[in-house]
Parts: sequence; C-alpha cells; structure tokens
Amino acid sequence: MRLLNRSAGRLSRHRRGPIAGLVLLLLGLALSGGLYAAFSPSSSADTAEDQAAMAAKGRQLFLVSCAFCHGQNGEGLTSKDGKLIGPALAGVGAAAVDFQVGTGRMPMVQPGAQVQKKENVFSQDEINELAAYVASLAPGPAIPTKEDYSTDGLSAEEKQEAIVRGGQIFLTNCTACHNFTGEGGAMPRGGFAPKLLDTDPKHIYEAMLTGPQSMDSFSNGNLSPEMKRDVIAYIQSMKAQPGYGGFSLGNLGPVSEGLFAWIVGLGGLVGFAVWIAAHTARTNKKKGTAQ
Amino acid sequence: MSVDTSKVATSNTSAATANKPTKVGAAAEWADERLGLAAMGKKNLRKIFPDHWSFMLGEIALWSFVVLLVTGVFLTLWFRPSMAEVTYQGSYPNLRGISMSEAYSSALNISFDVRGGLLLRQMHHWAAMLFISAMMIHMLRVFFTGAHRKPRELNWVIGSLLLLLGTLEGFTGYSLPDDLLSGTGVRAADGFIQAIPIVGTYIGFFLFGGEFPGDAIIPRLYTIHVLLIPGILLGLVAAHMLLLVYHKHTQWAGPGRKETNVVGYPMLPVYAAKAGGFFFITFGVTAVMGAILSINPVWKFGPYDPTKVTAGSQPDWYMGWPDGALRIMPGWESHFWGSTWSWNIFIPVILMPMVSWMVVTSFPFLESWITGDKREHHLLQRPRNAPTRTGVMVAAMVWYAMFWLAGGNDIIAIKLHMSINQITYFLRAAVFLGPVIAFFITRRWCIALQRHDNEVLLHGYETGVIMRSAVGGYSEIHLPISEEKAYAITVRDRGPEGAGEADGPKANGKLTLRDKLRTLYYEDDVEKPTVEEIEAAHAHAAHAVEGGHDDAHAIEGGHDDARAIEGGHGEH
Amino acid sequence: MSDSHEIQAHTDALLPDPGHPEHHWRPTDVDPKAERRAERQVATLFGLSVVCTILFVVSYVTLQTGIGGQEFIGLGASNVALGLTLGGAFLFIGIGVIQWARKLMADVELVEERHPASSSLEDRSATVAALQAGLEESGIARRPLIRNTLVLSVGVLVAPAVVMLRDLGPLPGDKLRHTVWAKNMRVVRDVVGTPIRPADLEIGDLVNAEPEIIFGTDKGQPLPSGEVIEGSDLQVQKAKSATVLLRMDPDDIVSDVTRNWSVNGIVAYSKICTHVGCPISLNERTTHHLLCPCHQSTFDLADSGKVIFGPAGRHLPQLPLGIDDEGFLVALSDYPEPVGPSFWERETKSPQAIYDEWSKETGQ
Repeated sequence: MRLLNRSAGRLSRHRRGPIAGLVLLLLGLALSGGLYAAFSPSSSADTAEDQAAMAAKGRQLFLVSCAFCHGQNGEGLTSKDGKLIGPALAGVGAAAVDFQVGTGRMPMVQPGAQVQKKENVFSQDEINELAAYVASLAPGPAIPTKEDYSTDGLSAEEKQEAIVRGGQIFLTNCTACHNFTGEGGAMPRGGFAPKLLDTDPKHIYEAMLTGPQSMDSFSNGNLSPEMKRDVIAYIQSMKAQPGYGGFSLGNLGPVSEGLFAWIVGLGGLVGFAVWIAAHTARTNKKKGTAQ
Repeated sequence: MSVDTSKVATSNTSAATANKPTKVGAAAEWADERLGLAAMGKKNLRKIFPDHWSFMLGEIALWSFVVLLVTGVFLTLWFRPSMAEVTYQGSYPNLRGISMSEAYSSALNISFDVRGGLLLRQMHHWAAMLFISAMMIHMLRVFFTGAHRKPRELNWVIGSLLLLLGTLEGFTGYSLPDDLLSGTGVRAADGFIQAIPIVGTYIGFFLFGGEFPGDAIIPRLYTIHVLLIPGILLGLVAAHMLLLVYHKHTQWAGPGRKETNVVGYPMLPVYAAKAGGFFFITFGVTAVMGAILSINPVWKFGPYDPTKVTAGSQPDWYMGWPDGALRIMPGWESHFWGSTWSWNIFIPVILMPMVSWMVVTSFPFLESWITGDKREHHLLQRPRNAPTRTGVMVAAMVWYAMFWLAGGNDIIAIKLHMSINQITYFLRAAVFLGPVIAFFITRRWCIALQRHDNEVLLHGYETGVIMRSAVGGYSEIHLPISEEKAYAITVRDRGPEGAGEADGPKANGKLTLRDKLRTLYYEDDVEKPTVEEIEAAHAHAAHAVEGGHDDAHAIEGGHDDARAIEGGHGEH
Repeated sequence: MSDSHEIQAHTDALLPDPGHPEHHWRPTDVDPKAERRAERQVATLFGLSVVCTILFVVSYVTLQTGIGGQEFIGLGASNVALGLTLGGAFLFIGIGVIQWARKLMADVELVEERHPASSSLEDRSATVAALQAGLEESGIARRPLIRNTLVLSVGVLVAPAVVMLRDLGPLPGDKLRHTVWAKNMRVVRDVVGTPIRPADLEIGDLVNAEPEIIFGTDKGQPLPSGEVIEGSDLQVQKAKSATVLLRMDPDDIVSDVTRNWSVNGIVAYSKICTHVGCPISLNERTTHHLLCPCHQSTFDLADSGKVIFGPAGRHLPQLPLGIDDEGFLVALSDYPEPVGPSFWERETKSPQAIYDEWSKETGQ
C-alpha cells in the first residue's frame, strides 16, 4: 500500500479527488446520524418514549449533581463579577456528557487550572440518562458506538492501513499537545494535555468530537469519523507495542534520557571508579610470619 | 622516605627471569632494532600514577569515546546518509507505505532488521551522553582541585576544546536519523543561524544548500560527524594524554607526597590493569543500558515532516542549557532600516554559549593573572582552600542548572503540576539571583571549613565525651588528630604571600583592577596557623589534661583563646 | 645551572613530613589460602565472561529481532538478550581484571620524582642557537623580499579554499519572502488533502491545513506533471506554507485585521513559529492562544497573532481567507509578509501596516 504524507495527495487525485473525500465525509455524517438514530443515547433506548423517560430520569440526576453550576435547565451560570461558574449545556451533546462524566471530570470537585480526571461516580446507565437529558436540550454530537471507534470489522490489511493513516493524522493533529506516544504535555498557565494511553477509545473519540475544556474540537467536518477511528487504532497499536529498545523511561524524550544518563550511567560508572580506587582489606600480619 | 620495594619482588613467587632468548624475546629484539622501543619502555612502563577515584572521571570519558568509535563504525555499515525520498517497505508496520528520507528508512532498518542493530544504536547514543557528562564532571574535578594551574593550563584548554567538539559531535549525530525529533532540532538550528545579524541568512543557505530542509544537510552533517570532528577529537585526545604523561598526574597532599614527587602504582601492571579493566566496565555498562533502557525510539517519532511537531521536543541534555536560555529569554527583537535583529535568539544560543566557553577556556590564565601565582602546582588544593574559585564554579553550576531546568520546563510543568508560565518567570529571576546566592553561600561555607580545619589542628577533634570538672563545669574532651592527617591539612599555600607580587597602588593612590580582584580573591580566607600557634595550643592542651587521661591530650571546650587566634587571621 | 632547574613550587608544610606510612600487607599477600581464593575468583569471572559471549552468539542466532520477535516482560527479547550478554561479557572481564589488580598484583606504592615541565637552561640555549643557525643559513632575515613574497603567496592560498565554498548553496534571493500560497488557492486538510467548506467546521475546530498545490492538484484537478512539487522541494515548500485554521466565535475576534481576513470566524495563520520555526498547533480552544511546543511562545489568534508570552519577538503571519465559486475556503493571496523565523534582511511591520499595504496592492 502506498498512502499518505505527500503520496496521499497523488493518491487522492488518481483514486478519489477532493469531491470523493467530501462524499465520504457526508457519508460518514449520514452514517453517524443514522447510528445516532439507531443506537442513541443508548442501545437500551429503542423508542422515543424510552428516550423521553430516560431524559426525565436524567433531569432528576442533573438537578442533584449538575444544576448547582450549570443552572436548573443547563443554561449555565456566571458569578456576579462575570466569572463563568458552569457553561451552558444546550448543544454540547450526549458525547460531551459521556466524556465529562464517564472520565470522572464532572461533577467537578474544585475549580483549578484544569478539571482533573478522577474516579467516576455514576453507572453507565446513569450517564446515559444524564446524556439523554442534555441531548434533549438541543441537538449535539451523540455518544459514539463501538463501530465508530473500533476497527474490529476490518480485514487485517485494512486494519494495518488504518493504523498507518491514523499515525500520520495523530502526528499532525495530536502529538503537538499529547506527545509522540500520547504521554501528554504541558499547556499554558498550568494546563496540560492529558495522557491518552489509559483512556478508553470511546472517550478519546468523544474528546475529539466535542473538544473538552481547552482542547480544540475535531468535529466530523474537520476530521471524518473514519479518520478519528484510525487515530484511535494507531494509539491502541502504540500501546500494544512491546518496548523494542527496553524500558521507555516514561516516553518523555531527551529530558528523561538525560536524567538516566547522569544518574544511572554516570552514577554507576563513578561507583565503579570508587571501587577500583578503594583500598582493599589490610592485615597486620607480616610477610615473613605467614610464610 | 624510602619504601622497601624488595618485598614486592618476593610477592611474585615465580618471577620470570629469562636468561636465554625466548621467542618473545627475539620478537622484541627485532622490533627494538627498528623502533628503539626499549628506551621508551624504560621511561614509561613503570610510570607512576596516583590512585584516587576522582582521577578516573576523565577515563570514563576516554572509554566512552572508544565505545563510540567501535559502535559508530558498525552503524556506518548500514546507515545511509541521504535525504532522497523513499517509500518505506521495511518491517515496521506502522510506517509502511510512508514517504521518508533514505536516512530515516535506514535508521528504521538498523533498529528492526539488523540483529543487534538497535542495541548498537542505543549503545552509541548512551555512550555519547556519558562521554559528554564524564568530560564535564572531569572538568569540574580538575577545577575544584586546582589541577588547571601551572604547568597544566594548556591541557585545560585542550580539555575545553574536547568538550566543545564533543557537544557539536553529539548534535550532528542525533540530527542524522531524520526523525521528527531530530528534524525539529535541525529546524531550530536553521532558525538560530538565520538569527545571526547580517550574514545569518547566507550561512544558512550555504549550510543547507538552499532553503531548509533541502537535500544536503544530512550528508553534510554526516561527513562532519564521522570524519571531521572525530579526527580532531582523536588528535586532541592524544595530545591530552601525552601532556598528562609528560606533566605526571597531580596528587593529594599527604605524608611522603610532595610537590616534587608522585606516589602511586606503576603503569605496569597495576595501572594498566585498572585502566584496561575500566574500559571493559564502561563498555559493559553501556551495553547493559542499551539492552534495557530505550533511547531515542525513532520509530515512535515518525519521519521528519516540517509540518509536524511533538510535545517534549527537546535536544539531548548537553544542548539543554542553550535551549533553556532560549525558552526563558524575553522576546526582544529590534527592527530598523528594513532589518531585523533577533536578540531573543542570537543572545541565548549563539552569543552566550560562545562567551561562556571562552571564559571557561581562559580561566587558568585569568586566575593566575589575578593571583599573580606563577609557580608550578602538583599537589591538589582542597576546594575549601580556594573559597573564591570554588564559589565561582558553584555559581556557574547553579547558573547552568537554572538554564537546564528551563530547558525541561514543559516536562517539569506536567510532572509536578505547575504552570509553565510561572516556571519561566521564576527562572528568569533565578538565573541571575541563584548564582549570586550560591557564590556567597559556597564561599562562606569554604571559609567555615577552613576555620574548622584550624580548630581541629590546634585543639584536636571533638570526641563527644563530656567531662565534669571538680567545680561542676562541663567540658568536652578533644583529642589530637593523627600526625598524618595534621600534616596533610597543613600542606597548603599561605594566602597571597609567595603567590606573586601585587602591582602596588597607582600614581593616584588607587589600586589597579588586578590588585582589587586579588584582594577580593583572598578576602576573608582563614590562614593556617603558624608553628608557634600550634606549639602554644599544644602546650595549653598539655596543661589542661584532666586526671586519668595521660595518653589523651584532652583540652577544655571553651575556645576563647582559639577564637582569638582565628580572629587574627579572619580580620586583616 | 642545574641547581636552578628545579620545580618552582611552594610547599609550606608547617609540620615535619611524617614520611611514607608503613605498608600493610593484604590478606592475599600473606595468606596462601586467601591468595588461591582470589585467583579462583578472578578465573571464575573470566569464565563467566566466556559464558556470556557464548550466550550472545546463541541469542543472535535464535532470537528474532524487531517486529514479530520474541518478547520478554514486554520488552524486545532480542535487544535485551544481546545487550545483557554483551554487557556481561565485558563487565566480567573488567571486574576480573580489576579484582586481579586489587587482590593479587603487587600493591606497594612507589615514588617517582617529578621534573620541571620546562627544559633545562642548557637545552634552551642549545635550541636557540640551533634555531638561529638555521635562520641565519636560510638567510630569511637578510632577504626580506623572499620572506615577504613567501608570506604573501602562502597567505593568498586561503582564497581557493574560501572561494570553493561558494557553491555550497545558492544565494537567498527573495526565497524566504514567498510561499506557494497564491490568490484563489484552496486551503486543504493536511495528510488527506481534502478542501474545506466553512460549514464543515464548528466553532472550536482546529484544522492543520496546507495549500492545495502541495497535494499536486488545483481545484481538485491533477496538475500537469511539470507543476507538481516533489522531492526536497516539496519539503521546502511544506516548511513554509503549513497553516492552521481555527474557527472561533466571530465576536471573539479582537483586531480588525484579523476580522477582515477571516471567513465566518475562521482564521488562518502560519503554522511556522516566528521564533525559530517549529510548527505550532497547541491551541487552547477557550482562549484562542496558540502555543509552540519547542520554546513556549504563545500567540493570540483573535488578535493578529500577537505574542502574549515567550521568546518570540514577532506576531504570527495571518493568511487572508476567502471563498471560491464552489464554496471552498481559499487564500486571497500569498502570506502578506515572510513566514517563519526572523532573518536579518527581513522588514518587520505592524499587522495594520501590513494590511493597509496588502489592500492597496490587491485592491481588496
């Protein structure tokens, strides 16, 4: 297979052309829309009535856990001096709810430079109910299904192609903040791009789709669902990769390598030097007496 | 002093005394008739080297250089320094079908398809990190102990050249694989070059063969990396060693160890075994590091692409300090008459390293100009006995460390949950304040240690045994230190006297710059006591002996008279 | 004369030199049992080294390297086995040799006298005399014409070496001032090369973009082969033309220049940092601050790419955006100012001045 980077351009002009890409994109949109209709907000909610019931349940949960900051109807709250307490939730979609609550970021415990990931306190059913309620406020991105973020349905060859393509998209769009293996990186004023390696593929997909906190969004018009899936496939493949060269030293690049060179390498060699120059055990016996 | 060396001979129970010519003997004769080896051997085979762990730091650098040469030669067998575009079809699946340079493709090939290739690559990289770090701590050891003084100034200059070239060698080396990280480094280097006023753009175009990245930079860096710099390094290493042998190694003062001799083990067999063994150990440690510690996993970065970048884009540690300086430098740029002057780049990465290197290189000459000391020095100085010099180097280390921290500010921010902006603001101040604080603390610390030495010399060491006198007063018993230790402590220069003549006041009565610096250099130094003071103290101790301590020269804890003596030295 | 040729060193020893301390023997010197034990120890170490070398060869032959190779606690088994056995083979020799030196080789410290680094006065005067004789016989002092012309001829020999370097590269010309962006060139997504409609993007979307020509097409049609940018030229052009698109709330845009060059809140900026040229795409969606991962320069995309933090000295160049007949985002012109790091010949102006000049030139 030959793809991507610059050859991607050549390929698209022979095989697809930009219009085809657009068609693909629209297809992707239609597909996700269809999937939304079919499975959302959860596969247990088959009918509109079920959904309405879920949203009603979700509303109860919302009033208890979220309304304090986001307002009684998710309209958002600001303090007297104009500081945002909780943003308005109309249009953020079920995906945003599933990500924020599913990773434990919401409900937020205390304000800070960035909302931290923590133990999730809701069951997936409760999250789905909350998501249904927020989705009922205004249309927004739905919770993705396994078909969206998994390459399980593809042949081995297609899977590998997806990983390669995903790698290029990852290196172009994600590594600047999240580092080359998804270890995360620093952002201005105490913010940080979190580590991706332990994140659930669904949550990675939702993060791209909705752009939580200060992250940019990569909506389906920006990165197609297929491209998002490929990125996730690449991250999963990097996670599964054995340490070909040994322990990864945190995958932080030259800073941790330098630290190891000084402490382990040079430290070890200086230790040897001390041993080499150290005086050995002595005895008070004289040579003649022993002989 | 004399040592009964006859015992050494007897320790070798079966000394080989060959009377009739053996085959080895015949071969040696053949060689000597042509090369005159015996004369050289006579002088050098039993050459004496003193034994101390800190004298082996330079050896770590030397042996890692050998590891670099060996592993480097292996790597050249497979590495292709070409920027020609190829489509990767090798065994690493996640990049198959991607366009990349031949250099990167061959780096992947070495990592995945050559058996042991990844090991050699990692050993080469670890050895490079060790090479430069060992040179640096070796240099610190030399500096802190005053081993750079006459007659070894030129070897110091060679050493600092080795450090500079080693750093450049490292940079040209890690730029070669053409992965995303190294390409980002080269991209930044292009930016540095273009920041040079007036000629920068031209140098950049000549170096890169046109605009960045072009197709010339990797082959050119390769030639510099495998031919030009290693050649010069080899020559300088040889010169460094020759001068070491010519000057003979410095040694610590001690009984029988004088300025005019060197005490230690002969080159053959002990030193040859220890040094040779250390080579094997250095090689072994590098191999073990290459086995289990991943370094520069190029496949994770992907091929270099000028539109991509990764968080944590840092240079290797030895380039970290100019990179840190670059990070905390305010964005000063001047624009006038249609030109742009990038002080924000030129000062931290071009000017500052160059000036720092020149200051370091000229240090032995600066110091001897200030002190006026033109004598030879073969006995090492304890760091405390040169408080100003020690303070200067600790200040320089703190300065370097602050830039170092700045170079890793993003990693610190994420690992310690701090704000990258706050770290940067802090370091902008710390880089100036830190060294000043470090200088004064270190200097006072050294002076306190000098005072402590005098105390121990005059009144013995504190035993921790508390005595109650008949009238109910308490005192701690002090016992004199051993003769050897006392001797070693007292072998040190006595202040500026004897070092060299001062200029004397100028016509207008003011001191010359040199005299001012000289006064500052020696200010507050605590001199060692005089013979009379020692005798007086010992006499005093003898009077103060308590009953039951005939053999121990216990003296009282009140040090009023001791302070008086020191005060006389401290305030001049 | 030889008396003055001594080490000019000063040792004020204060106390009498107690002399070299008495030598104490090691157990291995006086106890034959300890000696034999040490001998066995050293030989065992050498033997272990041989074992490691054999294991190295065995691992080399049996273990598969790289992809699909055996794994050992999640690490590549080949690398670990080869490295540890090679390391062992060397370490055991090293430790053995040093143990030999420490335990069995004679360890009585010996004394060697030092000599001054300088030559003796006799040697000095002999050398000076030889030098003078040589110079005298060559007549170089008496024949300044020969001397000066020789110095001149050798001196100008530097010229060929310097002249030869001229062809290392072309002169800069105006190459750094232009990119391949041009009027009506489509803005396409990086990696896949697809064009973008404003409606594709939601507020908060960040797109890493390229000019369409990088992908060898024009309005979706393949370019004639002569106009396709390839090889190292492609890298050169990518290094200058990389662009980030960000869709923000139009009300968030602060500067008029930024607003005038935006489409429905979509702004385009050079991705190449004005500091030393790293690609920047660490955007904070909530603040529109773009951060460079190399040295943390931070630019405000709502306000003409103004520097708000870090070492960069200059704002980020903005690409004037428009829409073509088919509704795709296009550039209205090349970047109105040079992109990327500073160079000395670069003229630097404020965004407003650049905009005024640009609108005069293009009539837009």
